[in-house]
Amino acid sequence: MKRILLAAAGLLSLAGAVQAATLDDVKARGALNCGVTQGLPGFSSPNDKNEWSGLDVDFCRAIAAGIFNDPTKVKFTPLSAKDRFTALTSGAIDVLSRNTTWTMSRDTTLGFNFAGVMYYDGQGFLIRKSVGLKSAKELQEASICVQTGTSNELNVGDYFRANNMKYREVIAFATLDETVKAYESGRCDVFTSDKSQLAAVRLKLTNPADHVLLPETISKEPLGPLVRHGDDQWFDLVKWTYFALLNSEELGITQKNVDEMVKSENPDIKRLLGTDGKYGEGIGLTPDWVVRIIKATGNYGEIYDRNVGPATPLGIERGLNNLWTKGGIQYGPPVR
Amino acid sequence: MTDISAPRPSITPATPFVSTAFHEPQPAPVSTRGPILWARQHLFGSVPQVLLTLFGIWLVYVTVPPLIKFFLIDAVWTGTNRDACLAEKLGRPVGACWPFIWAKLDQLIYGFYPASERWRVNVVYWLGALLLLPLLIQSLPYKRLNAIAFFGVYPVVAFVLLTGGNLDLQRFVLGWLGVDFSTIGGAQGLRIGFWVDYVLSTVLLTAIAFGISRFLAGPEGGRSAAQTTLSVLGVLAVVLLAVDIDTGLPQVETRLWGGLLVTLVIAVTGITVSLPFGILLALGRRSKLQLVKWLCIIFIEFWRGVPLITVLFFATYMLPLFLPGRFTIDGLLRALVGVALFASAYMAEVVRGGLQAIPKGQYEGAMAVGLRSGLMMRLVVLPQALKLVIPGIVNNFIGLFKDTTLVLIVSIFDLLGSMRAAFTDPNWASPTTLFTGFGFAGIIYFVFCFGMSRYSMALEKRLDRAQRH
Repeated sequence: MKRILLAAAGLLSLAGAVQAATLDDVKARGALNCGVTQGLPGFSSPNDKNEWSGLDVDFCRAIAAGIFNDPTKVKFTPLSAKDRFTALTSGAIDVLSRNTTWTMSRDTTLGFNFAGVMYYDGQGFLIRKSVGLKSAKELQEASICVQTGTSNELNVGDYFRANNMKYREVIAFATLDETVKAYESGRCDVFTSDKSQLAAVRLKLTNPADHVLLPETISKEPLGPLVRHGDDQWFDLVKWTYFALLNSEELGITQKNVDEMVKSENPDIKRLLGTDGKYGEGIGLTPDWVVRIIKATGNYGEIYDRNVGPATPLGIERGLNNLWTKGGIQYGPPVR
Repeated sequence: MTDISAPRPSITPATPFVSTAFHEPQPAPVSTRGPILWARQHLFGSVPQVLLTLFGIWLVYVTVPPLIKFFLIDAVWTGTNRDACLAEKLGRPVGACWPFIWAKLDQLIYGFYPASERWRVNVVYWLGALLLLPLLIQSLPYKRLNAIAFFGVYPVVAFVLLTGGNLDLQRFVLGWLGVDFSTIGGAQGLRIGFWVDYVLSTVLLTAIAFGISRFLAGPEGGRSAAQTTLSVLGVLAVVLLAVDIDTGLPQVETRLWGGLLVTLVIAVTGITVSLPFGILLALGRRSKLQLVKWLCIIFIEFWRGVPLITVLFFATYMLPLFLPGRFTIDGLLRALVGVALFASAYMAEVVRGGLQAIPKGQYEGAMAVGLRSGLMMRLVVLPQALKLVIPGIVNNFIGLFKDTTLVLIVSIFDLLGSMRAAFTDPNWASPTTLFTGFGFAGIIYFVFCFGMSRYSMALEKRLDRAQRH
């Protein structure tokens, strides 16, 4: 049923693909419509000042800063995992920056384009120390707590099948909080979710030291922002906003020093910050679009450190999400 | 005492015993009065009663002390982030994490409503309370005026305050029919074109009403129809003027509303709309006019047959796909309409139950004294029927109040939704945050629902004089 609805939605959106460009709509509206989660620690959640904050949120702020020179010109629409694609297809939002895994079917048949990978995640297992397991391969006959409706649920099945193992049962709960409490109360032996979420889960456990993360990562979860098919200019804009964040970090341009950097003689920096060439115009913006973005949100590393990095309660190391120059796989194509 | 003639004990007059002191009345034995009697009668009257009592005491013992310990004794009262609520940082068991609630209180009451505009929400809260309370207290005067203020004026004022008004209306009846005045005069705000449209439409509609009624009911009917149309459109004009005028208040989209504000807006709208509509539907369903009857049946059965979640989902995400171009309806408004239609259908069945409980004699009696059917319903049947179903009506209200949490699935954060979102702030993630939050939300919901429940019981008692034994 859901598939049929999505297909219908896709057809209708194809019919509407000849409409005005998204960028023009956004400019006319005076704000970017951005879909985020209904609350996911480190990625999008309301802070004490009643503002949305998080990695996914900051990405939308970066787009808005590039367009309007004002990171507050974003209207955030909190979406559940079920509704996120319908909202994007129907045009209710311009970009979905909602912790969404880049998969082939989503990129193709559902009619979306992924603009990049803001966060390389993978599914892991959290287990009580007292159980004494060292590897996910030993999880034979385990009962597993998982959040329902997520790809985590499917991955567990795949992993056990691929390794010729059997679990006792998979117990699925509607929300993360319920799953955590169930795991903590001993309803199941092991808790599985994306590793970024397991970091958040540990914060909620009464005795975090009693639980360990198993070393295996059983799935690839490249999480990134996505847009609708049918507007390539808008796709480029979102994609290059992401690359601009990466390139700025690589070139050492930060929120603090961006004004100095504008005066830099380094040709890469000059091209990126628009003092040489007019690359911003290629995506419908002015040449100094990156200056605006970095002033508003900082580069990728700053966004990471502010929301999920080691200094935050989540305390997640950069790992795969480090730049390619520092042992990670975040890599921004050159501006030229 | 069969033998009457038996000699009486002789009384020797020399030493009669006469008590000189007045004996104070003694209290009844301890076991037959006061708390002990009460306990014997109500708690320890029989073996099953004793067992039940002991079970009750045990139940209280196992639930209440831990709750008090968690929410009060072990609770943390101040702090600026999660560190304040961590057992390993404090070196003692930690109960409720109240600073989390203080930090998120604004979020829970106003949602994302801009901080500089929150006074508007406060005014709406207080104005609502000030108008509603005297309406509920029977002994206070000016009920009619009060009702008009609460049901008529207050919604308009609340709408303008909360949204900022300044709707920029463009076309009225003639505009939609194709005669476009929207270009006349001011291009924005209070458009002259719209009001030209309005006045002309009013003239036209009045004329039509007059013409039809005159044709059907003679000159008298024509005049009264024209008067009715004029007064309805006159009131409407005042309302439209209020929402159209530029008050200078910044606009606040409903997308930014949240927390208790949304819960109350949906609940109050649902409650105030569902009662009159429910009554109309219930009457319609019993109508002798087949068309009306079947329309009502279809309406009621449709809305009772479809889950609210489905309707909310379709209205929010599928409707935009089918509507042309940039035509959008506000998200909260869609949820409001959905909830109101739903509640009306349920209410209709409750009211119908009441109508069926009224004996036929009441109808016949009313007809015998010459009441027309409208008056019969208004003066004889409905007052009795509604009184009978007060528990059912309030049950619906309470259910509706709690159903408002369903709007979370269409991304509207009501009180519970705001709370759930607040849980995800990593700065406040701690083992007890979840319990604190749900405990707090539970208390708020309880206060409202218990309030409604108590008021309905008081109302029943007051209206039940005739049948009290």
